[in-house]
Amino acid sequence: MSTPLYLDRESPLHRLSPEVKIAAVVLFTVVVVVTPRTEFAAFGGYALLIAAVAVLARVPALWLAKRATIELPFVLLAVALPLAGHGERVDWHGLSLSIDGLYGAWNIFAKGTLGVLASLLLAATTTMRDLVLGLDRLRCPSVFTQIMTFMLRYIDVLADDARRMRIARLSRGYDPRFLWQVKAFAVGIGALFLRSYERGERVYLAMLSRGYTGRLPQTTSGSAPVREWAFSAMLPVAAAGIAVAGLVLT
Amino acid sequence: MINVTEPALTISGLHFAYPDGREALRGVDLTLAQGERVALLGPNGAGKTTLVLHLNGILHGGPGRVEISGLPVTPSDRAAIAEIRRRVGIVFQDPDDQLFMPTVAEDVAFGPANLGVRGTELDNRVDEALSAVGMSAHRDQIPHHLSFGQRRRVAVATVLAMRPEILVLDEPSSNLDPASRRELAEILESLPVTVLMVTHDLPYALELCPRAVILDEGRLVADGPTVDLLADRSLMSAHRLELPFGFDPVAALASRRSPS
Repeated sequence: MSTPLYLDRESPLHRLSPEVKIAAVVLFTVVVVVTPRTEFAAFGGYALLIAAVAVLARVPALWLAKRATIELPFVLLAVALPLAGHGERVDWHGLSLSIDGLYGAWNIFAKGTLGVLASLLLAATTTMRDLVLGLDRLRCPSVFTQIMTFMLRYIDVLADDARRMRIARLSRGYDPRFLWQVKAFAVGIGALFLRSYERGERVYLAMLSRGYTGRLPQTTSGSAPVREWAFSAMLPVAAAGIAVAGLVLT
Repeated sequence: MINVTEPALTISGLHFAYPDGREALRGVDLTLAQGERVALLGPNGAGKTTLVLHLNGILHGGPGRVEISGLPVTPSDRAAIAEIRRRVGIVFQDPDDQLFMPTVAEDVAFGPANLGVRGTELDNRVDEALSAVGMSAHRDQIPHHLSFGQRRRVAVATVLAMRPEILVLDEPSSNLDPASRRELAEILESLPVTVLMVTHDLPYALELCPRAVILDEGRLVADGPTVDLLADRSLMSAHRLELPFGFDPVAALASRRSPS
């Protein structure tokens, strides 16, 4: 349950209910995405907001930066845009760059980075378990939240199964060095699938035996107090304010 | 509500065949008195698990009848079957199958919550069940991070939280180290419920259950004091049951009765 994305700290953001954080991050991301790409000042404002949230959550900048590298493949795509773009071009250090492409690259880079940082801050302050709980309270269809709950519980069991099977293969002299030796690995994946399938059946029997009737019981009642909603609403509201201000001023 | 003189479990003339035609049960009759601890012995494929899954109506459809404290198991009646599943707590062999919720406390709460228990009453049930198996300190842990013996104990707690009348254990001692095995035995002995224990671990059966029944090829072939069954060599070998090397059931029981 503790993923590499979660940072166990004591902070006001860690204590917030998961659903208000999820709602705030989603709304913030929507505001960022709909902001016209030429509103450079607005993006600067968003970055300041994110920085403020990070400080409040006591998440170090370096920790964030390392995990934000997941965005790199998209940034590489963005770099290609000015080179391959059409329309008016400018010369820069001997390179001919498309202005439209430059805007496009900026658009992807700025919005992508802000979105990734916001999501990382959500993940850093909320455990996987709480995220699922939050989605459940936000009326996410229970079939999704149930699947996620089971995934949380069994992902480690599966990984252990896979590890034991690998050790058993290695113990019998299996040493895959070439691509054509992966057959045993592929068969292992199949065996793992069958095992999981059978386990699913046994788990279901165990659930039925304890009175399961198709719904996981809602044991944690109540939702976040209004105070928490108001507190977390500050992020998207501030972002929207920046966006509107940017549009009005220019 | 529970009549003390009423048997905890009555099975009469129970038959069952799987859809592929394999006959698993061919007329089982068994009665368990309230508070009895009985071992269900038998070789692999004798129908032990099939019988267990009939006790709470997960398998059904053949001729015969199962009653739990006088309430017949009728799978078509949803309200009755919910009550049956409260009365019969099954602890499955692999605790990873039984513990499917993200934390120990949530898992223990699953059963009673299905029965409609909520709020502080639910918390009390969870605390009570966890303390009965000595796992209160691990309430908020992830099941995966517990040792195997601890997980088996939590699995027992998950059904205790439903306050069952019959506790059915499928191979409770399998994969346990001797210390965990003894700890579980102490817990089981302390519980005031009827116990039906499916096991290949004959010394464990002798230790915990005064009475044993042997199931083979879908029929009960023996029913009597555990020590008598285990000491009957021809009966044992006729049903592929073997005692561990050097184990003498009579001497083992005598040594327990008169601790030196």
